[in-house]
Amino acid sequence: MNNTAPAVASRIQVRNLSFYYGQYHALKNINLDVATHKVTAFIGPSGCGKSTLLRTFNRMYELYPGQRAEGEILLDGKNVLSPRTDLFRLRARIGMVFQKPTPFPMSIYENIAFGIRLYEKIGKSAMDERVESALQQAALWNEVKDKLKQSGMSLSGGQQQRLCIARAIAVKPEVVLLDEPASALDPISTLKIEELIYELKKNYTLVIVTHNMQQAARVSDFTAFMYLGELVEFAETNAIFTNPSKKQTEDYITGRYG
Amino acid sequence: MDWRYLRRRTLNILSLTGSVVATVFGLVWLFWILWTTFSLGFAALSLTLFQENTPAPGSTGGLANAIVGSLIMVGLATAIGTPIGVLAGTWLAEYGKRHPLAGAIRFINDILLSAPSIIIGLFVYEMIVVRFGHFSGLAGACALAIIMLPVVIRTTEEMLKLVPNPLREAALALGAPRWKMISFVAYRAALSGILTGVLLAVARIAGETAPLLFTALNNQFWSTDLTEPMANLPVVIFQFAMSPYSEWHALAWAGSLLITLSVLALSIFARILARKARMEH
Repeated sequence: MNNTAPAVASRIQVRNLSFYYGQYHALKNINLDVATHKVTAFIGPSGCGKSTLLRTFNRMYELYPGQRAEGEILLDGKNVLSPRTDLFRLRARIGMVFQKPTPFPMSIYENIAFGIRLYEKIGKSAMDERVESALQQAALWNEVKDKLKQSGMSLSGGQQQRLCIARAIAVKPEVVLLDEPASALDPISTLKIEELIYELKKNYTLVIVTHNMQQAARVSDFTAFMYLGELVEFAETNAIFTNPSKKQTEDYITGRYG
Repeated sequence: MDWRYLRRRTLNILSLTGSVVATVFGLVWLFWILWTTFSLGFAALSLTLFQENTPAPGSTGGLANAIVGSLIMVGLATAIGTPIGVLAGTWLAEYGKRHPLAGAIRFINDILLSAPSIIIGLFVYEMIVVRFGHFSGLAGACALAIIMLPVVIRTTEEMLKLVPNPLREAALALGAPRWKMISFVAYRAALSGILTGVLLAVARIAGETAPLLFTALNNQFWSTDLTEPMANLPVVIFQFAMSPYSEWHALAWAGSLLITLSVLALSIFARILARKARMEH
C-alpha cells in the first residue's frame, strides 16, 4: 500500500509508525506525508487513532506513562521520536490547539505573551506588536483590542478558541496541529475557525483532526481516513470524497458507520 | 384511604420531626456557646485590652502581649507551613501522582491531619524545647506549622487536581517546561482554592491550645523575642479561666471572643474565596 505521498513538498513524513497504550496497539504501521502549507485532515470513527496520531507529532503522549511510539516521524529529515530531540524546540516548531478552548487564567495579552516569552526576550513595544500580529492573524484583534487586560476566560467559546490559535501561532511555529478545534463550538464560531484555517495555510502547515466529514471536505487539501488504528486511505480530499478507492472509506463517508 | 399511603405519610412525618429535633438540638448548643462568648466577651471588651499586658492576680490589665504573641506565632507558623505544604501538595498532584511513594505520603498525611494536637505539642517539646532547655515562641510556631501542614498539603493537591488537564497540555504544547506550566498556569487556576485551604488552616491553628502549652508556654510580660517563652491567647484563656480571680475570668472571655471573631472572619473570607474558586471551574 503506497498512499503516503502527496505530489507536493512535504513538511512531515511519517514512516512505519506504531503506537501503544500499554499493551494495546493503537496505531499500526502508519505511513503518510504532511504537505507543506496545506491542510491535512484525519478522519475516522471514534477510537480509530486519529487524535493519537496527531499527538505523536509533538510528543504530547509522553506526559502519560505506558504510552509509547515506534517508527519515525521526520521533520527536516530528523526523527522527532528520537530521545535526542529537544522537546521544547520541537514544540516551538509544532504548535497545538485542543478540542476545548484552553485559555490560561490570565489576561488576553498575557495569554499570547506567555508563549513568546518562553523563547524570546523582547521589549514592551516589540511584544505589543507580536501580540497584535498574532491576534490579527487569528482574526480576533478587532474584537479584543480594547480589552487586552481582561481575562482570557471572559471571552466566548469561539473567541477563546481563536485566542488559543493566536497563542499557538505567536511563537512562529511551522506546523499547527488542530485536535477537533471546532467540535465544542456553535455553527457561527465553527465557520469562523474554518475561514481562519483557510487563511492560515498561507503561512503554516496545518493538520486537523475532525469528527465532522463536511468540515474535512470544506477545509482540507488532503484527507486521511483511519479505521481501527490503520490508515485506510490517504489522498487529495476531493478524491477521498468523490471517488474513494477503498470500500471502507466509501462506507464511512456515506455514513454507513462511525 | 389506602393503608400504604397512610404508612408513607406517617413515616414521612416521623422522620421529618426526628431530623428537625436533631437539628434544633445541635444548633441550641452552638448558639448557647456563641451567646455566652459574645455576651461575656463584649462585656469585658475595652480599649485597655489592646494597650496593657496580662495583669498579676487581683489587678486589672489587658491582653496586648497575648494578642501580639498569638499574631507572631500564627504568622510565623503560616510563613513556615504554607510554602512547605504547597510544595508538597504540588509534588503529589503534579509530579508524583502515580509514584509509589505518593500513596504512602497521602496516607501518612491523612493520619497527621487527624492526629491530636497535643501529640504534636509533645513532639516539638522533645525536639526543640528540651534541646534548647526552655520554652520559646519559635517552638510554638513550629508546633502550629506542623498542625497546619497536612491541611495545606491536602487542599493544594485537591485544588490542583481540579485544574483541567487540557490546560496543562496546552502550556506544555507551547513548549513550556513543567515548572513554568505549574507556576504560571496551574497555580493561577488553583489560586483561590489553595488560598482557601491556607485560610482554613490558619483558622484551625488560631485557637490551638494544647501544642502551645508544651512549647511557647506563656509570658506575663511583653516579649517579641522568639527564643523566649511567648504569651498567647489560648494559653492565657486556659490559665485565666482556671483561676479564682474575676478580673482574669473577664479577660479570658474577652480573649475567647477575639479568637472566635478572628476564626469567623477567616471562615467567611475563605468561603468567599472558595465560591470564587468554584466559579472559575
